[in-house]
Amino acid sequence: MSNLGIIFKRELLGYFATPLAYIFIVIFLITNGIFTFDLGGFYVRGQADLLPFFGFHPWLYLFMVPAIAMTLWADERKTGTIELLLTLPIRLSEAVLGKFLAAWVLTGIALLLTFPIWITVNYLGDPDNGVILAAYLGSWLMAGGFLAIGSCMSACTRNSVIAFILTVAICFSFVIIGSPILLNAFPDWVPQGLVDAFSALGFLTHFDSISKGVLDIRDLLFFTVFIGAWLLASAIVIEMKKAN
Amino acid sequence: MIAVKNLTKKFDQFTAVDDLSFTVQEGEVLGFLGPNGAGKSTTMKVITGFLAPSAGTVTIDNHDISHDAIAAKALIGYLPEGAPSYGDMTTQEFLRFIASVRGFSGDALNQRVDKVIEEVDLESVRHQTIDTLSKGFKRRVGLAQAIMHDPKVLILDEPTDGLDPNQKHHVRELIKNLARDKIVIISTHILEEVTAVCTRAIIISQGRIVADGKPAELEARSRYHHAVSVRLSEAHDLQADLAGQKGVASIEQDPADPLSFTILAEGGEAIYAEVSEIAKNRNWPLEEFHVQRGQLEDVFRSITQKAQPLEAVQEDAA
Repeated sequence: MSNLGIIFKRELLGYFATPLAYIFIVIFLITNGIFTFDLGGFYVRGQADLLPFFGFHPWLYLFMVPAIAMTLWADERKTGTIELLLTLPIRLSEAVLGKFLAAWVLTGIALLLTFPIWITVNYLGDPDNGVILAAYLGSWLMAGGFLAIGSCMSACTRNSVIAFILTVAICFSFVIIGSPILLNAFPDWVPQGLVDAFSALGFLTHFDSISKGVLDIRDLLFFTVFIGAWLLASAIVIEMKKAN
Repeated sequence: MIAVKNLTKKFDQFTAVDDLSFTVQEGEVLGFLGPNGAGKSTTMKVITGFLAPSAGTVTIDNHDISHDAIAAKALIGYLPEGAPSYGDMTTQEFLRFIASVRGFSGDALNQRVDKVIEEVDLESVRHQTIDTLSKGFKRRVGLAQAIMHDPKVLILDEPTDGLDPNQKHHVRELIKNLARDKIVIISTHILEEVTAVCTRAIIISQGRIVADGKPAELEARSRYHHAVSVRLSEAHDLQADLAGQKGVASIEQDPADPLSFTILAEGGEAIYAEVSEIAKNRNWPLEEFHVQRGQLEDVFRSITQKAQPLEAVQEDAA
């Protein structure tokens, strides 16, 4: 197995060695249920789609994902295992990526376990499963974006609570950047191109189009580049702050 | 061979390691001594590739730790300070993880993990979560991961810190057994450890080498080198008997025990024969009589408190 695979496996098993993974998954499923059926008006809408389900994901991730990401590097620093890990014959990139992927797969598992909702909507009606599949992909990509931010914030501090708060704050700003409330707040004299460029940084802009079944390469590229950039930043921060 | 050349490590304005140079050959067990904050751990962190040097180079068997890091790190087994490990894993899971990073797989991995568990005596906690282990066991888990790939270079930062005397003895025996045709660097502030396992000692203070030599050579620098310790059964005026005796520098009385004296030798010359002759002639009421080799602790204190650079200390000794 490659070093990346070894790190990935250790991290993923680490989540399941403690109650963390189970608690995360259970809370994720319960909140998803409440949001979808209760707040989202799944039945009341009378439509065979999962828009209310996916519509809440950005807000759900806002608190759930930083909770996973906060320990990624902060704990390594706190317990001193970072010194062990980074003096093994592995590349820093393998460690950063392996840890990220393990956390990302955990969110993927939680997401997959929402399949009863998909079964329900198929039982009740005749939804477009292609759209649902695209939305699942978009949701997972967005979770990856949140996680990548969390990885970087976790690398900044040895205190995981601080990492959590920083991650929530930054993720929140990336969620609202694309929202109409913020975009309408721009005065008229600001060129439209600038407003568009600004809103293009927001998660909602990209997630909305994917969750409607529009798999635009630009949206996929956005999340990929976004994740890549934050992971690169993680690696730089780790390299810089190793000593403290 | 490890070659450290003009190594400097700065943190902002603070210079933790200041222009350090030394080489360590196969078969040497180097004790790295120094007061807390002298730069021992920082030096080890640079040698193992955890921290990048501010200036200078470290090469492990001609692999530069900065430019050829993976190859250099593959040669090193490292026990960081405090023996960190992943607490939520069991001993076996953790060691299997280390073994797979070190390139073992399949049967070879199982065998190697079993062998190391046996060597470091971890069988009883094999399936226990590391977080629940006692300090001594945690330290041994750390040692086990360091020797997993039978490394050519073993770097141990305070390997016996927090162990009980039996465990200390065990770990020292282990290090001695491992040391053949390997390079071992141990940092410690326990001086008895140096005499127990090291073939060479480097004392650093404020990031610079202030002494470098065999433990016996360092002991010889002590003002207690060749000193004669006596314990009397009743009071006797040693001062008068020894007055004017050539080679005797001074006599110290033990403040805790007025019948114990240490007769210091001038310039570390052997004075055993002369003193024992006088003791016989003057009928000293002797209870104990022995010669000291020198106290490493005394050397350590005098050197690190002066904290002079190497050249100056060598002149002193000469």
